[in-house]
Amino acid sequence: MQLTLRDITKRFGTLVANDHISLTVEPGEIHCLLGENGAGKSTLMNVLFGLYQADEGEILLDGEVQHFAGPGDAIAAGIGMVHQHFMLVPVFTVAENVMLGDERTGVAGSLDLDAARARVREISERFGFHLDPDAVVEDLPVGVQQRVEIIKALSREAKVLVFDEPTAVLTPQETDELMAIMRQLRESGTAIVFITHKLREVRAVADRITVIRLGKVVGEADPAASNSELAALMVGRPVELTVHKQAPRYQDHSLQVQGLTVTDASGLVHVNAIDFEVRGGEILAVAGVQGNGQTELTEALVGLQHHVTGSIRLAGAELVGRSVRAVLDAGVGFIPEDRQVEGLVGSFSIAENLMLDRSHGGPFVRRGSVARAALRRFAQDKLVEYDVRAPGIDTPAGNLSGGNQQKVVVARELSRDLRLLVAAQPTRGVDVGSIEFIHAQIVAARDSGIPVVVVSTELDEVVALADRIMVLYRGQVVGIVPADTPREVLGLMMTGERPAEVTA
Amino acid sequence: MSGTQTPEKPDEHVAPSPRAAQWHTVMRSITSGNATVAVLSVLLAVIVGSLMIMATDEDVRASAGYFFSRPGDFFAESRVAIEGAYTALFRGSIYNTRADDVATGIRPLFETLKFAGPLIAAGLGVGLAFRAGLFNIGGRGQMLLGGAVSAYVAINAGFGGPLLLVASVVAGMAAGGLWAGIAGLLKARTGAHEVIVTIMLNYIGFYLVFYALSTQGLLQAPGSFNPKSLPIPADGQLPKIAGDQYNLHLGFVLSLVAVAVVWWLLERSALGYRFRAVGENPNAARAAGIDVGRTYVVVMLIAGALVGLAGANQALGTVTSGVTVDLDAGIGFDAITVALLGRSRPWGILAAGLLFGAFKAGGFAMQASEGIPVDIVLVIQSLIVLFIAAPPLVRALFRLPAKEAA
Repeated sequence: MQLTLRDITKRFGTLVANDHISLTVEPGEIHCLLGENGAGKSTLMNVLFGLYQADEGEILLDGEVQHFAGPGDAIAAGIGMVHQHFMLVPVFTVAENVMLGDERTGVAGSLDLDAARARVREISERFGFHLDPDAVVEDLPVGVQQRVEIIKALSREAKVLVFDEPTAVLTPQETDELMAIMRQLRESGTAIVFITHKLREVRAVADRITVIRLGKVVGEADPAASNSELAALMVGRPVELTVHKQAPRYQDHSLQVQGLTVTDASGLVHVNAIDFEVRGGEILAVAGVQGNGQTELTEALVGLQHHVTGSIRLAGAELVGRSVRAVLDAGVGFIPEDRQVEGLVGSFSIAENLMLDRSHGGPFVRRGSVARAALRRFAQDKLVEYDVRAPGIDTPAGNLSGGNQQKVVVARELSRDLRLLVAAQPTRGVDVGSIEFIHAQIVAARDSGIPVVVVSTELDEVVALADRIMVLYRGQVVGIVPADTPREVLGLMMTGERPAEVTA
Repeated sequence: MSGTQTPEKPDEHVAPSPRAAQWHTVMRSITSGNATVAVLSVLLAVIVGSLMIMATDEDVRASAGYFFSRPGDFFAESRVAIEGAYTALFRGSIYNTRADDVATGIRPLFETLKFAGPLIAAGLGVGLAFRAGLFNIGGRGQMLLGGAVSAYVAINAGFGGPLLLVASVVAGMAAGGLWAGIAGLLKARTGAHEVIVTIMLNYIGFYLVFYALSTQGLLQAPGSFNPKSLPIPADGQLPKIAGDQYNLHLGFVLSLVAVAVVWWLLERSALGYRFRAVGENPNAARAAGIDVGRTYVVVMLIAGALVGLAGANQALGTVTSGVTVDLDAGIGFDAITVALLGRSRPWGILAAGLLFGAFKAGGFAMQASEGIPVDIVLVIQSLIVLFIAAPPLVRALFRLPAKEAA
């Protein structure tokens, strides 16, 4: 089935999220939609899936104009969507999830689970998925859950399949397997729309690439194009993709972590007796698939976790057992993994956010009052220094783009006198242009002689920043390896295997 | 990650679960909605109130009986009834046009200010808690405790002079603060929801004060069998500030001072900055080293003290003949409405408190001169809250652009 979007325009108030976007996806083709976060990719797909109504333009399937009032219509017309956050019921079995929304019933309204099971088996055999229809979804690995989503879409006879940032939660190996599945679907004649901002993946599978920037189609690219060509199209200017840094100059005061164990209130172990050391002037990048203890590790480092045993020593001083306040006062800078949840107060102005962790004294508080003049001067300076694109320092942080929000967080943390920097997912959801800048700031912090811990699920970022790489799997250290370790080896380590040549 | 944790250690509860975050969002949008919605809500409530005035007016009902033969009568009678009601409200709350001289005519305005005093103070208490993300429903209990303790000090302190008044007011504020502080402490330490705790503390406070009022040696007037205290000695009373012919007392001025103090606290002080940070995003506050649990305790102490001030205002200023359990006069709950209407901003609360003071003062005049049940005023007050709590309804009725969710 051929999918055509013609002049789709979608506005939110004065914001034009999609500006006359036209697109054609042929059957048996993988069409990549490449763009930064906030470029309008997801809005476009929500229009296609009937979740939003386009203000202008039309959707055509095989040349026929479609009117989707909701996802039900879109599904009935043969459009399937594999969401970034899976739309599955965790406690249901695979078969139950697949039939959800399209329940066949037998006598007296009883569910016809056998039919659903047969359907799951049939489709999973066709693609070699080896899925047990009676497995409970929450027990399955993330990559397999994604296959359940795919099967669910295929069981509704989807002829056009949309993958919305499907690799965000996958290991490199799972990503490769997904690519193989997408190619297989292409061979069987499915039209595939693949939404991503990861250049590597685009070049691996795309037949055609459409680049979207600020709600507009800015051009088509050839899959053979280089990474920097694609990035330049995406951002609108040439972008430096590699991080320039000198060899580390090690300093004395280091971070020493010994036997660190983090459990939650229910006793579940998230970080299991890990040891590592980061020397001053060195970046240790923590790699791993999301949910393998990285969040708990970084939170433990800044005192946000409550059930922590073991030892965290910064330049000899013990940090375990101290309050967040005391840890920050000891000179720890923290860039949290989700800036909207933990990094910023969205309704506060940029200036107010810049004093968030210094409200107990210091330059911005005098005799119980906020020193507004000092704060404003500071905020003005940082706006310029950190290249925050905003109308002014009074703009609410929540109104900024992801990259600019992150720059505010980075500016706040790096403006203190630091002895350790902990950066969790420092560039997640940040545009390519800002990534460049933030990476440079992190390297500058390292070159000032402090230990830096960077946690990232993006292997590219890990490799670009690291002096050494620590791989976490299920709360344990698989190994600490040099930065030039091959990707394949890192990918393997992320699945918990320790290759022979790596010693812990 | 912090989805479903079982209670075990203090402060962990401060990281809200997704559902708590949802409730948090809803509450924030209700308690800090925009000014247009607040004004339109009042307008809508007045319009709906007019319909009710029509429904309760006998002449209007009679003319409705022959509506189809002479519809003009119906509309004329309606106009008379509504006009009569609202002008009576005006006469009762701002200026009595029927008075002989200006000095008497202006009397209702002073009544309005007198009623507004405790409404403003208590509204500030509720609004301040809102700003820190806490729903303080315990106004009644805090007022009763504040009023009772301030009366106890005024009656039993054993000394006189200006110091007695100061001591009584401070004691009342301290009592209200501690009573609310219990809720803050329980939330910080165990994660107990402040809505439940403050509601329950209302009952406990009520019966505690009732017990004190019926026990000789505590608050009950010696030799009496009524649950009532002795009158407040002259030195313990809030002095009249506009001359003896008006009832307006110093309590109103104290409330104005409280408005200014709370404004400074919220908008200029570092402590208020932390209150707001915790209210807007407790997770970010925690990650930035702000002790969220401690903030909850401190904000409840201050909020309760403000409500306690309202209680002292009642006990030492408005009803000086002796304290009873009716001391709070519904102000503890009206304060929630005032805070909502004032969008939890000090100046907004001042304006809302004045409006509600006018309703209180004018409602009685409306009943006395027009025979319209005073309950209509209560219905209007309730409608205001209802409309404020449903901004989409107000927006739809006035065709305001909806907030866009991009």
